[in-house]
Amino acid sequence: MSEFEPKIVAFLCKWCSSAGADLAGVSRLEYKPNVIPIRVMCSGRVDPLFVLKALKEGADGVLVSGCHPGDCHYVQGNMFARRRFIILKKLLEFVGIHPDRFQVSWVSASEGTKFTKVIDDVVESVKALGPQTKFKKVGIDE
Amino acid sequence: MKRNGVFVCNCGVNIAGTVYVDKVVDEIAHYPSVKHCEFYDYMCSDPGQKKIEDAIKEKNLDGIIVACCSPTLHEETFRSATERGGLNKYSCEIANIREQCSWVHKDREKATEKAKSIIRGIIEKVNLNEDLDPIKVPVTKRALVIGAGVSGIQSALDIADSGYEVLLVEKSPTIGGHMAQLSETFPTLDCSQCILTPKMVAVSRHPRIKLMTMSEVVDVKGYVGNFQVTIKEHPRYVTDDCNLCGDCVKVCPQVTVNEFDRGLTLRRAIYIPFPQAVPAKYVLDDQTCLGLNPLRCDKCEKACDVGAIDYDMQPKFLTEHFGSIVVATGYDLYDISQIPEYGYDTYEDVIDGLQFERLLSASGPTKGEVRRPSDGKVPKEVVFIKCVGSRDPESHHPYCSKICCMYTGKHAMLYKHHVPEGQAYVFYMDIRSAGKDYEEFIQRATEEDRVMYIRGRVSKIYREGEKIMVWGVDTIAGKKVEIAADLVVLATAIVPREETIELAKKLRIPMGPNNFLKEAHPKLRPVETLSAGIYLAGAAQAPKDIPETVAQGSGASSKVAGLLSADELTHEPTVVRIKVEECNGCGICVNICPYEALTLDKEKGVAVVNDVLCEGCGTCAAACPSGASQLRNLTDAQIAKMLKEML
Ligand code: FES
Repeated sequence: MSEFEPKIVAFLCKWCSSAGADLAGVSRLEYKPNVIPIRVMCSGRVDPLFVLKALKEGADGVLVSGCHPGDCHYVQGNMFARRRFIILKKLLEFVGIHPDRFQVSWVSASEGTKFTKVIDDVVESVKALGPQTKFKKVGIDE
Repeated sequence: MKRNGVFVCNCGVNIAGTVYVDKVVDEIAHYPSVKHCEFYDYMCSDPGQKKIEDAIKEKNLDGIIVACCSPTLHEETFRSATERGGLNKYSCEIANIREQCSWVHKDREKATEKAKSIIRGIIEKVNLNEDLDPIKVPVTKRALVIGAGVSGIQSALDIADSGYEVLLVEKSPTIGGHMAQLSETFPTLDCSQCILTPKMVAVSRHPRIKLMTMSEVVDVKGYVGNFQVTIKEHPRYVTDDCNLCGDCVKVCPQVTVNEFDRGLTLRRAIYIPFPQAVPAKYVLDDQTCLGLNPLRCDKCEKACDVGAIDYDMQPKFLTEHFGSIVVATGYDLYDISQIPEYGYDTYEDVIDGLQFERLLSASGPTKGEVRRPSDGKVPKEVVFIKCVGSRDPESHHPYCSKICCMYTGKHAMLYKHHVPEGQAYVFYMDIRSAGKDYEEFIQRATEEDRVMYIRGRVSKIYREGEKIMVWGVDTIAGKKVEIAADLVVLATAIVPREETIELAKKLRIPMGPNNFLKEAHPKLRPVETLSAGIYLAGAAQAPKDIPETVAQGSGASSKVAGLLSADELTHEPTVVRIKVEECNGCGICVNICPYEALTLDKEKGVAVVNDVLCEGCGTCAAACPSGASQLRNLTDAQIAKMLKEML
């Protein structure tokens, strides 16, 4: 049987993390292909429900990445994001989802190398947890 | 459901070399809603764009997905093509399968799978996109230039000459920047002040330039076309009545180091930075003054016949509106006390390049004679060291400071002109003299002026009697070198000014890894920032010499003039919409919005969006407990659909 390859969704803010990911590409850095990016305007756009929805749709892990705190293109979107995600992490833990399945990072537009590392680390840690089954079938329906 | 067309770009081998584009097309062609799917070598080429236009007409498409490079590069290109095909430009979206897929993976199967996922997601996004029209906003036809060194001066003059009003803001008491401190400039050896001061005067006379010195930007609000900037003007304590007689200086009892001469001389608490300063006014330095209190000392006030001294001046704050901003805040020299082995802080006769400029300058402390600071003797052996703190990723800065090779050559050459019997040594790592007439200039230094270039680094500097001993290595001869010098000049790394870092945060423009301001594109958009309407000029962006700085100043101003020439700007219509029937008027969004774009309509009990102010970040949409706030073309429903099909 082939090795378990996790499926992970990454919400990247347009101004920092998605630009950082583009830089990783321009620099031809290499990272694991398990993460599917979704570009949003700001990490503050990421509703905690998106994370739950992703898990429900079968994601083994979710990453949200934005600008460094204090550097958000929209002043403080990432601050709101940070607060929400702290609570969400607790909630996930409470319902029995390992906190490593949902990760948050801050990657700026000049941190192509950091971006690769973040992705590889996330893939590594989610892989270690095995497939995510808790939410997959009995999800909340919209 | 829409009738979508999906166009996959091979990008030569950039995408097709990793992603099996044929497999992608085979699968995506059968995806629901896809009515047309093909790949092509270069979608962004003219024939590529034509394919989109034709397919829209032939297959009656109403949604376009282009799977290619990052949307930062070609989103506009393909949206225009879509528009030419007769659709609303927001029916086109980009699936980034190059930067975020083909360029970062090697496993072709996995990269192909990932590319398909990305494309499926974008198809779903397009399915729910609505047609939008750009929002029109008026433009304030005024520009702000921050920093009045040569780059700021040049931009201000050029913008003003194109017919727009400019506010030029400078932190220090005079304009001119570092260029005013220089003696002569390479490669022509014309006197720096002689070429700069006419420009400074032109600034002060220009009817469309308003100058504010001793001022700094404290707050920036708004967006392209309509920035709202608050500026703090520090008190000068000397009014416009000052007639430059200088009587005040004669009576002032307080002294401090003179920054303009980089500490080589002293000045009084009341002073003029240099005779040609603009504005031509004295200034009272309140840190050095006995306390701005007539009871403690009022000598200058008494001495001033015209009554130009005002101890009661207060800082002033003013808020003004601008359509566009140029950031030209310049550079500083790296703090050499970080390199203790060179003894900059210990030995008076170890100086930096700008101090040597002052020693060479006819208006400097020695009236242009080269004399060393410790005892005023004419130095007979001078050692110049390049790359001090530059090109040293382990301990200092990794980058090349770019101008040191040239100015060190100039320094050594000018020294030899002043002291023909003296000997100049230059320790170098490489000689980088790329630039018009630059290589010839260095040749002149070595051949005509017999400057001795030694390839190697200096490891230690110490004092022995009257001499400064320099220990280094000549890596070409493979020998240790020991020079008993009279003066050592360090070509220190160029760093961005500390205030620039703060300012960048206020302007919300990004910095690169070394804190130099980051341009929107390193090659194609070198004067723009990623924030629309904010441009860069001069060494705040990267180390550069005077010609480049001036060129960039002019470049930035032509961008500004282009922007201000329009009567209206368009604003992205992907803003938030409040679904009135779902809004319960809780007001959470109102408090969250950083742009004050949301207000509460008390009567109706719902939130209202001001489209012009909304920047479309969507933070309120994520916060809305009832889902009433939705970001246009990236709604909750769209994300949900995308997730479903991507995974
Ligand atoms: S724009 Fe990057 S986090 Fe807000």
